[in-house]
Amino acid sequence: MAERLDRPVLDVSSLPTVHFGTHSLTWWGIMGMMAIEGTVFVLMIASYFYLHSRSVEWPPHRNPPDLMWGTVNLALFLISAIPSEWYRRRARKGDLKAVQIGLVLVSLFGLAILGVRYLELLHLNTDWSIDAYGSAVWTLMGLHILHLVTDLVDTIVLTVLFFTSLVEGKRFMDAEENAAYWYFVVGFWIPIYLVIYWAPRWLHA
Amino acid sequence: MITTKVATETQLTEEELRKALQLERIWQEPRGFVGWFKAVHHTTIGMRYVVTAFIFFLLAGLLAGAMRLQLAFPEAHFLSNDKYNQFFTMHGSTMMFLFAVPMMFEALSVYLVPLMVGTRNIAFPRLNAYSYYLYVFGGIMFYVAFLCNTGADRGWFAYVPLSGPDYGVGKRADFWAQLITFTEVSALAVAVEIIVTVFRLRAPGMSLNRIPIFVWGQVIVAFMVIFALPGVVLSSTMLLLDRTCGTQFFNPSVGGDVLLYQHLFWWFGHPEVYLIFIPGTAVVSTIVTTFSRRHIFGYLVLVLSLVSTGFIAFGLWVHHMFATGIPQIAESYFTGASMMIAIPTGVQIFCWIATMATGKVVLRTPMWWAIGFFFVFVMGGLTGMFLASVPTDLQVHDTYFVVAHFHYVLIGGAVFPLFGAIFYWFPKVTGRMLSEPLGQLSFWLFFIGFNVTFFPMHLVGLRGMPRRVYTYEPGMGWTLLNQIESSGYILLFLSVSILLWNVYRSLRRGRIAGPNPWHAGTLEWATTSPPPHYNFLHLPTVNGREALWDAAPNQPVVVGLSEDSRQILTTRSLDAEPDGREELPSPSIWPFLAALATTAAFIGSIFTPWGITIGSVPVAITMIGWFWPKKQAADRRRAREIWQND
Amino acid sequence: MMILAVPGFPGNQTSLNPVGPGASHIEFEFSLIFWITCAVYCIVLLGLVIAVARRRHSLETIPEPLATNEPTERLTRRSVTAAVAVTVVLLFIMLIGSFQTGRALGDMNQEDALPIEIYGHQWWWEVRYPNNEAYKIVETANEIHVPVGVPIRFSGTSRDVIHSFWAPNVSGKRDLLPGYKAEFVWQVDQPGRWRGQCAEYCGLQHAHMSFEIVAETKEQFAEWLSNQAKSSVQPSTPQATRGQQVFMTHACVLCHSIRGTSAGSRNGPDLTHLASRATIAAGTLPNTVGNLGGWILNAQSIKPGCRMPPNQLSGSELQDLLAYLETLK
Repeated sequence: MAERLDRPVLDVSSLPTVHFGTHSLTWWGIMGMMAIEGTVFVLMIASYFYLHSRSVEWPPHRNPPDLMWGTVNLALFLISAIPSEWYRRRARKGDLKAVQIGLVLVSLFGLAILGVRYLELLHLNTDWSIDAYGSAVWTLMGLHILHLVTDLVDTIVLTVLFFTSLVEGKRFMDAEENAAYWYFVVGFWIPIYLVIYWAPRWLHA
Repeated sequence: MITTKVATETQLTEEELRKALQLERIWQEPRGFVGWFKAVHHTTIGMRYVVTAFIFFLLAGLLAGAMRLQLAFPEAHFLSNDKYNQFFTMHGSTMMFLFAVPMMFEALSVYLVPLMVGTRNIAFPRLNAYSYYLYVFGGIMFYVAFLCNTGADRGWFAYVPLSGPDYGVGKRADFWAQLITFTEVSALAVAVEIIVTVFRLRAPGMSLNRIPIFVWGQVIVAFMVIFALPGVVLSSTMLLLDRTCGTQFFNPSVGGDVLLYQHLFWWFGHPEVYLIFIPGTAVVSTIVTTFSRRHIFGYLVLVLSLVSTGFIAFGLWVHHMFATGIPQIAESYFTGASMMIAIPTGVQIFCWIATMATGKVVLRTPMWWAIGFFFVFVMGGLTGMFLASVPTDLQVHDTYFVVAHFHYVLIGGAVFPLFGAIFYWFPKVTGRMLSEPLGQLSFWLFFIGFNVTFFPMHLVGLRGMPRRVYTYEPGMGWTLLNQIESSGYILLFLSVSILLWNVYRSLRRGRIAGPNPWHAGTLEWATTSPPPHYNFLHLPTVNGREALWDAAPNQPVVVGLSEDSRQILTTRSLDAEPDGREELPSPSIWPFLAALATTAAFIGSIFTPWGITIGSVPVAITMIGWFWPKKQAADRRRAREIWQND
Repeated sequence: MMILAVPGFPGNQTSLNPVGPGASHIEFEFSLIFWITCAVYCIVLLGLVIAVARRRHSLETIPEPLATNEPTERLTRRSVTAAVAVTVVLLFIMLIGSFQTGRALGDMNQEDALPIEIYGHQWWWEVRYPNNEAYKIVETANEIHVPVGVPIRFSGTSRDVIHSFWAPNVSGKRDLLPGYKAEFVWQVDQPGRWRGQCAEYCGLQHAHMSFEIVAETKEQFAEWLSNQAKSSVQPSTPQATRGQQVFMTHACVLCHSIRGTSAGSRNGPDLTHLASRATIAAGTLPNTVGNLGGWILNAQSIKPGCRMPPNQLSGSELQDLLAYLETLK
């Protein structure tokens, strides 16, 4: 219903209500969260190297983590970017089917990655209570697991939502932002993988 | 809440009256007991932050009184050493984590920023509610522990190994570390909300160079929160892990390092004091503008000073660690940076004085508090020079000299502006004026009492009195100074009591304020006092830095937003051109339930490492409930969607 | 700078009464900063008062905001710029002063310094004078004798939590951190007993963790050092012999060592030359027979939370023990 006023007006009634990227408020919220969690990761990585600078042998008296499962997960993460990017672009067009398929695929990838993550933990070759090195490796891993699990739960909930009658424009915005957050989880795995698996090998040499 | 509902000065047309009633229906807060827990409006939550933070201020103040009584006599037995150690830790931790940041940043920004930028609510309103509940639950946990003789007792920064598993016996340090977790999540949530509100919800026409300085200050603080808090997130998490799970981060015998804790803590700890001080400057800028009756002098350099202070603040942290034996090159750098930060601060001070000198100063209570800020904060800032320079720092660090310094900068830089803010915005929040004579009385009592209490601390520190001592020996030459300090407390106590009496009395009998009793320029004064739940009948557009002072004779208003849903206007981040429309979430019980679940998980993890893993299940359930959309609302929105053209 | 030391002030444990080059350099820097900041404070606040204290106005007389005019704004811009420029210059002066002082303190490091080791404990100071010849090593507690005019190279660490070694008359403080070895050079030029106190919160008895730097002539120091290196005297009277027995058969031996006996525990202070020290309990009490007796019977009533438990001793046992301890000069 239009208002009639005796003063000049700025009529915004034709502005979009479904918009993506920087136009969306929750997109900014997700970016804020990435900045926060990213800073936590950066400081944790810095702490790892600080502890390294204070020690003589690294890792102290034991082998670095076995390479295999971490590298498998790296591959899984990177490949999962394909369906993720695909459904993200389709979400901007409101393509329901594509988003449904894409979300299911990424959920499956997430579950597989979680399984492989369990195998990674079995092959870290250290325990958090033995020394500071073990504590740093497990905590760095633990922080990433926390994000992996929360993003997986988010993705699964969103997937379920996309198969209900509650789908509307806002949910497509959520889908795009969910993909962005998955990139954060994937993106930070790269430096963390390098720190946990390769830093002890490079530094030792 | 005892207020008066007052109509705007101009008479509403029938059309406008209908709109007002309709908006009130949509935006109102739920009533009743359960309804209290569903509230999501920023003024509601903002007031809760203000009241809660002030209660913590009073509690911490009472603890200080007991400490001053104990220190008034050498080898006194009023408080045992164990009690005193709990009292000073509770005092510092309460002031820093439960009062200063929650009040100066969260309370003030949550209440004022959405009004000042001209929108109807803060971004992410349910997150805002959640952040408040977490804050208050964390504070309650902290004090319940204290009442059970498990109060934190390792100092407000709880260095290891003293707070670690070997020497921090019992659960005291665990409650301290979890307090950090509660308050940090709360502050981080509000930081994101403020950034999004300021960048996306500004009134059309409020381009970057027209954002009020108050809002600039708060948004810069919000950015700082995002990058600073992770330091203490990690240090407190590592401490908890060492204490409960057997990690070895701080155990030197197996590669751990005690300075790792200090670096991570002070990475947060130094910006933390600017999180407290910058909102103080934001308030001072606002008060000085209004009570000098002119636009602030040097808007651009003031904003640049705030931004550069925000950046430089991250480069100072090692000056808290000068006594630990860091390499000389690092010492030189951190000394330089610590002195350099005085430049943007100096710029602000000169601009404020310039504003007053070229304006016409009106001396009402808020302005007195601002003037008091100058006298007190500038002294504190200058004593900071002794701490920035390594050689002198090595003499005054960890003595009462530094206690004097930080009380001068924190009380001068935050509490004085805060009291000014209370007198300034009380009329807006309640619709009534505070008593001017009582206001002046509490100002002078506080100003005198503060200096009597804290000035001698410079001297007693130079005379060798270390900090955090529960008593001292006679014959050290410290007794008289301590007694003077303790007697100053009485004046401070009286002053705050009079302030509280002033508030209580004015709520019932204060003069009706009207929408703009100070003839100020920012947008919060463009609506009724107190503001309705929809904030503005017509969303405004803006023509200059002081929206009301610079408004055109026919300043346009925004129309076209849906009147039967919580629809708001989003604008572009740089020039505030209209961009889109979004619907903000309505009241809900889920943030409260999610906060309960989170609290259970956090507190549970103090007692068992499974606390987080098991506790995360109710958290996940409540958060899913929070985000799960309602069918009716989804259908309504789908029917009216307008998609952006890509 | 002693003007800040208002009457009634003993001049001990203060940075304002420097007795060595370290504290003197720092006191110079302190004065520099003090006078500059004093002047800045007075000028800035004067500016504020002048800006405010002109004709008073009320909101009723100025309901509309004032317009600004360009000439005034330009003059104001120039004034603010000038003020900022002066600020920068003053900051640079203090910065350079700080670096110069830091360099002067660093230059105190000399090759022929006397080495002394300090170990921080909750809540006392373990002091060790190392020597290549084992029989000349001295171990004592809380009272640190040094020769006047000779650089001392302290090295220190903590045996438990972080402590901070601070005797302000002599120099700035240095934290003693577990896992780190601190090294710093001090020098005392004025003879006397200079008090220090722990300056990093370390728990229940942080308030009672003091020490003394006893600066004496080279000869007096050499005499003291050689005496301290000696083993304990054997008891020569029956009472002292009984007292030694009391010591050996009670909890004392669990924590304290007395060289020349079988008591060798290093948990607590070395008591070989207890009677030569002026204070007990880390500077908390003068070392008199009465105080020592009270301390032994119930240290918790004097320094609650300290690591020394109360001891059940009969009156005669206590007297014998004290007689023995009094011989440990």
